[in-house]
Amino acid sequence: MTSTLPRWAWPPALFGALFVLLPLAAVLVRVDPSTFLALISAPSSLSALRLSLVTAACSTVLCLLLGVPLALVLSRSRIPGPALSLLRALLLIPLVLPPVVGGLALLFTVGRQGLLGGPLQALGLQVAFSTAAVVLAQTFVALPFLVLTLEGALRSTGGGAERAAAALGARPTRVLLGVTLPGVLPALASGTVLSFARALGEFGATITVAGSLEGTTRTLPLEIYLLRETDPDAAVALSLLLVLVALVVILLAHRRARG
Amino acid sequence: MSRRTVPALAAALAGALLLGGCSGSSSDTAGASDAGGSTTLTVFAAASLKSSFEEIATDFEADHPGVDVQLSFAGSSDLVTQIGQGAPADVLATADTATMDQAVEQELVTGTPQDFATNTLTIAVPAGNPAGITDLASLAEPGVQLVLCAPQVPCGRAAEKVEESAGVTLSPVSEEQSVTDVLGKVTSGEADAGLVYVTDAASAGDAVEQIDLPEAKAAVNTYPLAVVAGTSQEELATEFTQEVLGERGQEVLAAQGFQAP
Repeated sequence: MTSTLPRWAWPPALFGALFVLLPLAAVLVRVDPSTFLALISAPSSLSALRLSLVTAACSTVLCLLLGVPLALVLSRSRIPGPALSLLRALLLIPLVLPPVVGGLALLFTVGRQGLLGGPLQALGLQVAFSTAAVVLAQTFVALPFLVLTLEGALRSTGGGAERAAAALGARPTRVLLGVTLPGVLPALASGTVLSFARALGEFGATITVAGSLEGTTRTLPLEIYLLRETDPDAAVALSLLLVLVALVVILLAHRRARG
Repeated sequence: MSRRTVPALAAALAGALLLGGCSGSSSDTAGASDAGGSTTLTVFAAASLKSSFEEIATDFEADHPGVDVQLSFAGSSDLVTQIGQGAPADVLATADTATMDQAVEQELVTGTPQDFATNTLTIAVPAGNPAGITDLASLAEPGVQLVLCAPQVPCGRAAEKVEESAGVTLSPVSEEQSVTDVLGKVTSGEADAGLVYVTDAASAGDAVEQIDLPEAKAAVNTYPLAVVAGTSQEELATEFTQEVLGERGQEVLAAQGFQAP
């Protein structure tokens, strides 16, 4: 089989791979294998890991619940083109926003002095400094990843089959579950993994809107940032742990999406 | 050389040039000390010293024509880490002696660090004091949204000492990374109270009110400064430390709420 890959692509691709892998290798060589297990099994580390996994899982579920309908509306609705473009641009803003700005924006929304602060307090809900605020921050930054991936796939597939199913009398929900979603399953899986990974690594928005308290709001990235002050070895060990967790999740999801 | 390898090499070269070109600008701020007859003195100082050191640097520049003082502010631990990794600095001023001790241990500074100011904690509450905070004990009351620094950073260590000496156990809703983060949570009204330095509370103006904290005497933070090891301008760096320790520098610091060591 003749390759369609131009040869000149190899050197920059190699540099690109090194650019990503070298810093990861630098983390790896900084880890002291003899203390690694002790450092990552410290109570504060385990508590941060548990919190990170739980909040990232919750955020991913929220992303799916909100993101799938959003992607459907963006790709299948009859909203006129310019309005749709504007809507899409606005919804993807968290992608380019510095996370700390996202955190401030959320604080202005659900904080005590925020837009919804009064009603929330009347209901006895305190969002700032709670685990809910962590999930909120993670969902805010991770949602665009799911929407973008899924919308791209929806646009490039399925229109004909969907119309055929509809013409044969299938109701929209039936078309969605029987034709549309099965057709974009790989994209749905990779979008889900991307948003989980983004939620797992979330730092800026979390520390801004949720603060940092062990077991409640101090996720793994926040714990790493704090440990760096006093215990760089532990910070490096936890960084490697975060990389490993992310790697496992991505590999698992890829296998499942293919199988 | 075949015709196919030429574009490949060109692509690699272009990448290298691009990387070099983008990083060029950062080196002329700190490194170029002799260019154009002006001398740059780089001072790394703790974040809480921002307003006072800016003023001191202006005075210093006025007395030393041709000298340009570059100030870099960050958390004390960050500054020590940066110097350890080779960041170009001539003077280091930290917010507590523990961090400076680390710099001494790693032989990042020359001579004995000199103490130039002290700072104590105070209670900062949002304007109007919505939670009715009166003293240290009232911070421990249920329902009070209290924010502290994490024990890993200087302001958090100081808060721990105050708790221990007063025999009070505080349960904060958040342990922040830096004192400015604590202040931010108080000025925005998200927190009912926070323990910050007197100087930080003063800098926040009308946005916060200060509640006296006599127990803070148990944890006085001492600010040391030293000349960075291996600086190419030890003499000028020493002169800057004398400016901070001298009468004029001390007046500037006092005006910001610092006490003499």
